[in-house]
Amino acid sequence: MTRTAFTPNWTARGALLALALYCVFAVTQLDISWARILTGFGEGGRFLARMWPPNFERWDTLVEGMLESIQIAVLSSVAGIILSLPLGLMAARNLSPAWVSAPVRGFIALCRSLHYVIVAILFVKAVGFGALAGVAALTVASMGFIAKLFAEAIEEISMKQVEAVRATGAGPAGVLLYGVLPQVASRFVGFCIYQLDSNLRNSTLVGIVGAGGIGGTLFAAFKRFDYDFVAAILLSIIALIFLAELVSARVRKALQ
Amino acid sequence: MSAGLSLRGLSKAYVPGKPVLRDITLDFAPEGVTAIIGPSGTGKSTLIRCINRLVEPSGGQVLLDGQDLVPLRGRELRLARRRIGMVFQEYNLVERLSVMENLLSGRLGYVPLWRAWLRKYPAEDIARAFELLDAVGLPDHATRRADALSGGQRQRVGIARALMQRPALLLADEPTSSLDPRTAVEVMELLTTLTQREQVPVIINIHNVELAKRYCGRIIGMHQGAVVFDGPPEALEASHLQLIYGGEGWQE
Repeated sequence: MTRTAFTPNWTARGALLALALYCVFAVTQLDISWARILTGFGEGGRFLARMWPPNFERWDTLVEGMLESIQIAVLSSVAGIILSLPLGLMAARNLSPAWVSAPVRGFIALCRSLHYVIVAILFVKAVGFGALAGVAALTVASMGFIAKLFAEAIEEISMKQVEAVRATGAGPAGVLLYGVLPQVASRFVGFCIYQLDSNLRNSTLVGIVGAGGIGGTLFAAFKRFDYDFVAAILLSIIALIFLAELVSARVRKALQ
Repeated sequence: MSAGLSLRGLSKAYVPGKPVLRDITLDFAPEGVTAIIGPSGTGKSTLIRCINRLVEPSGGQVLLDGQDLVPLRGRELRLARRRIGMVFQEYNLVERLSVMENLLSGRLGYVPLWRAWLRKYPAEDIARAFELLDAVGLPDHATRRADALSGGQRQRVGIARALMQRPALLLADEPTSSLDPRTAVEVMELLTTLTQREQVPVIINIHNVELAKRYCGRIIGMHQGAVVFDGPPEALEASHLQLIYGGEGWQE
């Protein structure tokens, strides 16, 4: 009589097999053939060749677009954070009654449900082309993201500290200042920096749908087949993101 | 109108039909240390928390200097709470704040919010905080963060914070249960001498019967949400302890 040390997981095996079969099916459906891949790579090579060397001749347009992107990122982060503070607090189920937290949670989920590019398109249609639409779209996206993180951070605090502050006779604002804020402040700052970081990234894209920033310049260069200028723009964006990454890593380290 | 604290028919049921406190009626003199002893889950903590309304009583009155605290709401409740200091089992200091900030949080019921926010407390509050730090034996710890302190040090800060309120009554919920035996004695000693000096009456929930007998002038024994013993420590005998804690073998 042999004893089995491990029971075979037939569900997992079946699921993996099904996934493999679906991938094969999807490849045939999408007409991805070997020949298609080869021509694709050939085109890609020519494209890359035309990008080199990057052309920084129109640097003034480039700088203008980059600065606008940075402004969009900073403004939308600040607005998003300011709006997220009360939203996060109202959404925290340990401090707010259910009749407040439930609808606020719904609103935050709504902000998150649409991709920010779609929101940007909506705002371009609503308020017209330009940076205002980009700021509005990224503000909505920031709210959806950090208000949720704020709420979760508040839900994880120790209620014992809150109880102690409440017992001193402090009012609601005093309890927030002394019982809640110290417990969440450093995490909040971390979230804010993270959001600024990702807004910098996102602000380079909203221009493609006409919501201001370097994305518009990039899209125009694509349409005119100015691939060397495209390369210059892409390199600038990469440099900006790397720089932001470095700075935020520094700041987050300093916070710990 | 009598000075001190009086409980009249105080009851509490978290779940209807399952009372944790049954019709508690007690009077406390405006001085001295009273211990409440009893097994875990007998409603000692609930009783203490009903006094400063961290827990809502289901019925009865809590009279502090003649004023019933049970119907108070909002601002009136906060004005009553600031006169009642509280010391917690797990210290409940705000971990990320400094010792000084924790002490000054005891003034939150008194100072305007902007002062608390900007840490612009009146000079007399700060002087009082330093005085209390000296009194609890932590003269050099004002700027340390609370999470850098040991358990005994934290409870000393907890006591100082409660006294910052210049309370008319001090509640202590198992103040020594998280401490080692020696620190527990030191903290009890400190709590009783300081409150005596400041003439603040104290009500302490306590597990340790020996500590209760040693430091408290009056002992109240609770069993299943009701008072089954009330008297001076000398009057507390083995038979009473059986009544309070049930069983007998554990006493030898």
